[in-house]
Amino acid sequence: MTPVAPRRQTNWDARAAGNFIGGGTGTGLLVAAAIAAMWGAFLDIPVLLALLLVGGGLLLVWLEIGKPWRFMNVYRQPKRSWMTREAYAALPVFACGGLAWLSDSAPLVILTAAFALAFLYCQGRILTASKGIPAWREPMMLPLILTTGLTEGMGLFAAVIAATDPVPGWVGFVLFNLAVLRVIVWYAYRGRLVRRAPKATIDILRRMEGGFVLGGNILPVLLILAAVLLPDVARALVFLAGIVALLSGWFLKFVLVTRAAYTQGYALPKLPARGELPQSASEGARPGWN
Amino acid sequence: MTRWAMVADLRRCVGCQTCTAACRQANATPPGVQWRRVLDIEAGEFPNVTRTFVPTGCQHCDDPPCMHVCPSTATRKRDDGIVTIDYDICIGCAYCAVACPYDARWKVNRADFAYGEPMENERAGHDSRRLGVSTKCTFCADKIDAGLAKGLTPGRDPDATPACVNSCIAGALHFGDIDDPDSNVSSLLAENQFFRMHEELGTGPGFFYLWDSA
Repeated sequence: MTPVAPRRQTNWDARAAGNFIGGGTGTGLLVAAAIAAMWGAFLDIPVLLALLLVGGGLLLVWLEIGKPWRFMNVYRQPKRSWMTREAYAALPVFACGGLAWLSDSAPLVILTAAFALAFLYCQGRILTASKGIPAWREPMMLPLILTTGLTEGMGLFAAVIAATDPVPGWVGFVLFNLAVLRVIVWYAYRGRLVRRAPKATIDILRRMEGGFVLGGNILPVLLILAAVLLPDVARALVFLAGIVALLSGWFLKFVLVTRAAYTQGYALPKLPARGELPQSASEGARPGWN
Repeated sequence: MTRWAMVADLRRCVGCQTCTAACRQANATPPGVQWRRVLDIEAGEFPNVTRTFVPTGCQHCDDPPCMHVCPSTATRKRDDGIVTIDYDICIGCAYCAVACPYDARWKVNRADFAYGEPMENERAGHDSRRLGVSTKCTFCADKIDAGLAKGLTPGRDPDATPACVNSCIAGALHFGDIDDPDSNVSSLLAENQFFRMHEELGTGPGFFYLWDSA
């Protein structure tokens, strides 16, 4: 017999999670590079790294699809599909980003970051359009994907800079605020899911919450505060804060895509009237939901 | 207009899964792939427990989420409400599978047969175009179309009716045109109380469940 309770989806695995990880971090890194460019600093390594991350994510998806040599068909439905729109948004990211990297052009980095934000927005909408997975279709998933992508990218940017040079003050400031914002968005997302997702999804998110909030967001916030107070070790602290913010975002997306993604399951608003119906069963059945 | 729909009488279904077997035979689906399934749902608490058998599968929705997300245009909806997949276009991204709230889509990446080597019937029914792409119930669209071409009425004439409906031993499954007020399914819906699954999601399923008389 077919299980009737929501089951963990298996159609999208770690490769799909990799696309959301690469796309989010790459976009965040480009936005960070764009902010740096506005301050007059052109940083070619973050731009290249960001393009590799976005491209790597798309490569992982290409490895997952059943008919990889038909990949061009992904461009056939721009009117309706967010996956098609994501594919279109990726084109100017690579074209503009490649030119920016080759020409050391700050305005092109800023333009690339704008295209990358559109790409990341499409990624968020891909998940919210997935009606079969309650944890994904929740509208707060979109701000969560955007926020964590920006936090991861800023974290990586901070780590890259801190590895070689003194870190400008704005980097810690932006990372601090993004980590705080990510926690707020996380709680808003989790709060809305309580009555809108299967029990198994809620249980998994509850189990990972402590580690994600404390280890992934509060810890980098504290590390940045410590960096302000301890200038001698500030670079090391910001480096650590960046890495933690980055990895916790990756962990979050891995869990959301591959662990907490339970299907809708089945529900009967009414039970068939066959003889006398037990009182306890009068409200129908919805296995796997609270 | 015509809107093909399935009606399942939950009071009649006995969970024999003959419809599942008939579908598998008619559509030559590989092991583990069931375009027509029968769920066994228990409700209540001991000793007041009920058991309901629920035929399910693709609901051929009015507003199919699978079609909206499909990046390749492989998933489409015909004018008569049947949702189809073009196996020659599908890229196998499985976005439709995660978009379907009815868990009705299947993707198989390599050929699989019941006993390793394909049996004669499996060899005859094997379609390599279905590997690496999404598949699902078609309401036996080819049979409906062929039957209509011969002047038959789907839902009444077995040669124009989905295999699962033809096979149902309990008279629980019915098929027909709900836009035709004189059709068998329209009569059933008029004479009984019914619901559609996950209606709150706005998909407009073309699969109606009868649960009591009107």
